[in-house]
Amino acid sequence: MVNKFMAAGIVAATVVGAAGAAHAGKDLDAVKARGALLCGVGTGTAGFFLADSQGKWTGLDVDICRAVSAAIFGEADKVKYVPVTAQQRFTALQSGEVDLLSNNTTWTLTRDTALGFDFTGVTYYDGQGFMVNKKLGVKSAKELNGATICVAPGTTTELNLADYFRSNKMTFKPVVIEKVDEVRAAFFSGRCDVYTTDASGLYATRAANAPKPDDYVILPEIISKEPLGPVVRHGDNQFGDIVRWAQFAMIEAEENGINQKNVDEMLKSENPVIKRILGVTPGMGKALGVDEKWVYNIVKQVGNYGESFDRNVGMGSPLKIARGLNELWTKGGLQYAIPIR
Amino acid sequence: MAVETLGAAPRVRVAPWNDPVVRGWAFQIVVVGLVGLLVWFLVSNTIDNLTNQKIATGFSYLNREAGFEIGDSMIAYSPASTYSRAILVGGLNTLKVAILGIILATTFGTLLGVGRLSPNWLLAKICEWYVEIFRNVPLLLWLFLIYKVISEAFPGPKQAISMFFGSLFLSNRGLYFPVPVADPSHKWMGVGLLVGIAGAVALHRWAKKRQEATGQPFPSIWAGFGVALGVPFVIWLLSGAPHHMSWPALKGFNFEGGIVIQPEFTALLLGLVLYTSAFVAEIVRSGILALHKGQSEAAMAIGLSRGQVMRLVLLPQAMRVIVPPMTSQYLNITKDSSLAIAIGYPDLVASINVTINQTGQAIENILIVMAAYLSVSLSISAFMNWYNKRIALRER
Repeated sequence: MVNKFMAAGIVAATVVGAAGAAHAGKDLDAVKARGALLCGVGTGTAGFFLADSQGKWTGLDVDICRAVSAAIFGEADKVKYVPVTAQQRFTALQSGEVDLLSNNTTWTLTRDTALGFDFTGVTYYDGQGFMVNKKLGVKSAKELNGATICVAPGTTTELNLADYFRSNKMTFKPVVIEKVDEVRAAFFSGRCDVYTTDASGLYATRAANAPKPDDYVILPEIISKEPLGPVVRHGDNQFGDIVRWAQFAMIEAEENGINQKNVDEMLKSENPVIKRILGVTPGMGKALGVDEKWVYNIVKQVGNYGESFDRNVGMGSPLKIARGLNELWTKGGLQYAIPIR
Repeated sequence: MAVETLGAAPRVRVAPWNDPVVRGWAFQIVVVGLVGLLVWFLVSNTIDNLTNQKIATGFSYLNREAGFEIGDSMIAYSPASTYSRAILVGGLNTLKVAILGIILATTFGTLLGVGRLSPNWLLAKICEWYVEIFRNVPLLLWLFLIYKVISEAFPGPKQAISMFFGSLFLSNRGLYFPVPVADPSHKWMGVGLLVGIAGAVALHRWAKKRQEATGQPFPSIWAGFGVALGVPFVIWLLSGAPHHMSWPALKGFNFEGGIVIQPEFTALLLGLVLYTSAFVAEIVRSGILALHKGQSEAAMAIGLSRGQVMRLVLLPQAMRVIVPPMTSQYLNITKDSSLAIAIGYPDLVASINVTINQTGQAIENILIVMAAYLSVSLSISAFMNWYNKRIALRER
């Protein structure tokens, strides 16, 4: 929409105006002085970031914001959520409108470098897929030649789509609408044959937005790697470290069997690894520049990675997405945390 | 001579800080200097911030491969084209919708405006209601409504409504209709059309002169159409009447062949035209009402028909009142076309937005889009100002 576009203009103007926005340590200091973390999330995808009728945000990506807040403040609720569209998000982060993006952003080389950002990790290993109406009788993405495809603009999705059709010598007609709700509406009204986005988003859309979820099928092909993760801007490495290790802490906790219920018990554990993680043996918090109880606070208030996954997108949620690639490395998945030591 | 002009008064010697001329200059220099400083501060600060954050700058990205597809393009475009080409495609789409919008809104709005002044009570009321309804609801809502109606109300491509013995197909994918297959004669037919139009203009001038001299009317409008369309038709016949057509046919997911008017384009154009014509109608009405009613009475008294009164006497005079505010409406259509992004028509803003997102270079891209809208708007203004001068009352 135009006001979105103008917002981008204003944001650009803020980059123009802000005097020396990026100096080492400044972002963390600003967060502390403000008393709240400004977290950029998407406008609403069930399971990842969605505000309920009371305005309370939940989701896998929201939990990252909460974990960072728990690490910095000791409380998970000191987060102000700023919903940004896929198109606005980078300008919002560049200009300092948000401290941190946690809205299913795909980690790519360009974004990590030329845009002036750092990706801190991968919260969800995803891949782009296709959803079609069962009536079309399509069994494979290879049969999509000539199809009309609904897609949201400004994402790697749009580029992967064009690449996939080019490399398979097929053509398609895109219908590109900025607001994701409008894209979905266009697909469900039959304007497009196909809706494409990350597979997680397809599951979420089918569960939450389809008039009849059973009428739609998600094709088996996954045409891209989409490592989704939190993003910070260049300039404050300490803040970046905290975001990175807040996520690692959640994975490390799951790996070591520490969860929301038993975390108090675990404080008494004799296991040196657990003692180090939970700050019973001090040192880790100091190195990171946060309270020694940082992991305890994260696990106690947000939960470990597995709990967060289950609650938001996994079997404990309407989305029912299998752990798949997002299972721990010890169980055949890709989630592998760097040791806290 | 006792008369002395003010300017020639002998200058009283004053201190420079009391001299109004010196002071005037000094203030202007200070103001210009401050503005210059502000610009320098903003520009250098931006560059500093961008380098500090290691954000790429410059326009070199324009030559990189864009990598995204565009749904509606007037020129050859593929994901392998460059960003500059993608922006050009968007710009041309914006121009297409703006130019068609201006033409249609002017025509439809003028009819409405004249209609509101009609002695026919029903017609006048319908026009009045139309104006009130359309200009009092935001354009964005009209766009959403029209787009929703098109995509929800029409069937999918497999159940498309077929018209004119299967040559036209209407579905939620748009309106498909056949076009002639490209032929070398088309280029010459285009040239012929231009020649024909020039001929029609010459014919019209001649007819006017003759009528002024002898009083005999000549149907120069119809004859003009005949000449303008006749020349390319003759060229078509001479080149062997190539009649191969590309027919739309259902193939796989969609129709192939022919040409399609997509729902996004239709919705945007329709929205712009319906909305702006309400304003145009009011401008036309005010222009006509600004004339003294003696004008129409006098015209009727010499036996002109109602249509002639309007066409020959009232509208030419009303134009002087109509043209200046009309310019603003034309500029509005051009700028409002950027609402396209809400309903997915690939206009300039859409191309620019995707480019910003893929390259992260917001400032450069926003400069481009500002320059584009500014130059289109200034061109429209310049043309309308020229036209306004031409029709202005010449005082003799």
